[in-house]
Amino acid sequence: MQPGSNGQAKRRAGGSVLECRAINAGYGSFQALFDVSLEVRAGEAVAVVGPNGAGKSTLLRAMTRLIGLRSGQLTMEGKDFSQAPPHEVVSLGIAHVPEGRRLFPRLSVEDNLRMGAYLPAARARFADRLEKVYTLFPRMAERRHQLAGTMSGGEQQMCAIGRALMSGPRLLLLDEPSAGLAPLVVQAIFTLVRQLREEGYTVLIVEQNIQQVLQIVDRAYLLETGRIRESGDAATLIGSDAVRRAYLGLL
Amino acid sequence: MPTWACCEIREATVTNPFDIFLLEAVLNGILLGGLLALLALGLNLIFGVIDVVWICYAELVMVGMYGIWWLHTAQGVPLPAAMLASIGLVAVCGMLLHHYVVSPVLSAEPINQLLVTGGVLFFLQALATVIFGVEFRNVGFRMPSLNLGDMSLSGSRLLAFAVAVTAIGSTWWFLRTTYLGTAIRAISQDRSVMPLMGVNATRIYLLTSALGGGFAGLAACLLVLQYDVHPAIGLSFGPLTFLICVLGGLGNLIGGLVAAFVFAQFISVGGFFLQIEWGYVIAFVFFIAVMFWKPEGLLSRRR
Repeated sequence: MQPGSNGQAKRRAGGSVLECRAINAGYGSFQALFDVSLEVRAGEAVAVVGPNGAGKSTLLRAMTRLIGLRSGQLTMEGKDFSQAPPHEVVSLGIAHVPEGRRLFPRLSVEDNLRMGAYLPAARARFADRLEKVYTLFPRMAERRHQLAGTMSGGEQQMCAIGRALMSGPRLLLLDEPSAGLAPLVVQAIFTLVRQLREEGYTVLIVEQNIQQVLQIVDRAYLLETGRIRESGDAATLIGSDAVRRAYLGLL
Repeated sequence: MPTWACCEIREATVTNPFDIFLLEAVLNGILLGGLLALLALGLNLIFGVIDVVWICYAELVMVGMYGIWWLHTAQGVPLPAAMLASIGLVAVCGMLLHHYVVSPVLSAEPINQLLVTGGVLFFLQALATVIFGVEFRNVGFRMPSLNLGDMSLSGSRLLAFAVAVTAIGSTWWFLRTTYLGTAIRAISQDRSVMPLMGVNATRIYLLTSALGGGFAGLAACLLVLQYDVHPAIGLSFGPLTFLICVLGGLGNLIGGLVAAFVFAQFISVGGFFLQIEWGYVIAFVFFIAVMFWKPEGLLSRRR
């Protein structure tokens, strides 16, 4: 189904930020994504939901060029980056919080955040953004000198999101931020994502936790075995058969 | 190092643990430790960041020593300029080594990585023999020694110590406080996430290799003041450097520093009580004992 083909009104949705057109991608001889098309507009929060192994993480990895495309096109704010090397994606304004958080375990919290601001343009604004991240996550300010690997899972997730924010992104990609966390912490992370939206960040979030994530996003795509099965307004999707099936499939 | 002459005197005073020659041996050990620490620094940096052991590290030092000798004695370039040029030369060699030899086997088995860099060791030895012959060469410059009371400390060792400590301190500062240094520490912990930080991992590896080569070049500047250069000179301190890195915990810069000073004291003080060769024997016995007790090295963070 084509993105945006349903006529539902979008809250605060502006111009297109990220567009994927008919993406095919995979690992070796295994194809994980089939003709995936997806759009994220400025100010929106969009979710990609689906069961384990549907290709959700692969989709994000394709978007940040960590894996190559077999065909299809990626554009960020109208700029084609389908062939860009992965380390140039951040400079387009895309920050990716990878699956499993992937902090540098033996660097301090502050050094992890420093790595998020590695690009010259971000270095100039390091102090500003560090303060912003510490305001958003007071816990990170307390633990600034602690080694990232010694923190709890929830704290590490906060640090990973903070690290992504340090680049000053115009689009934040979150890969399974709730994975492996206790229910209460999951709740805190979802509250945080809601808060990020209110701060004006455009967010694309990948989740297995379908019911909860649909509460905090505007629109969602249902991905199943590498294909988009359904897309539309979050409120509509909660009630849809396809989502219910996918959700039950998890149980 | 005490000479035979002072050994005669020592016979009478060996019961006094605070005798001046023991102090001299300890001080000489500290000075030697600085030089060994500098040698270990480059090798450890490369292993810690890229996870590959440059078996040919000491041969890169040899390239630097030949570079200095050739520029200074054959081309008449002033010694300091020849030294700076050679540091640059070995840094470039480090980058070439990474790009053409290490990079293709980066994800290969460790044994293959050892074999290719080991191959470079023999290649460089043979190349040096072909170009310069087997003669011992020196730059014809010896620094005066410093006399403190009855003690005599070699000027070139004092200089080597000062330069090594400065280099290690600057490296520490660089790795701790700069973006590039933080990236070098980060890439050793998780290479595949680096692109998400906007970091070109290949570039960081090349820069680290240039830095490691630069340290080999710096060590060459200090060694050329104390030793003659010949095609097999790498063998006289290459294995020692490698053992120090392993003793401290391969890849651990602080471990390498500690191990260098421990090793140097064994060599120097052991050589004082017995003979210089016995100093090495004691040092290696200590190394073997540590390997039984803590195979991962004295200060290793790696499992």
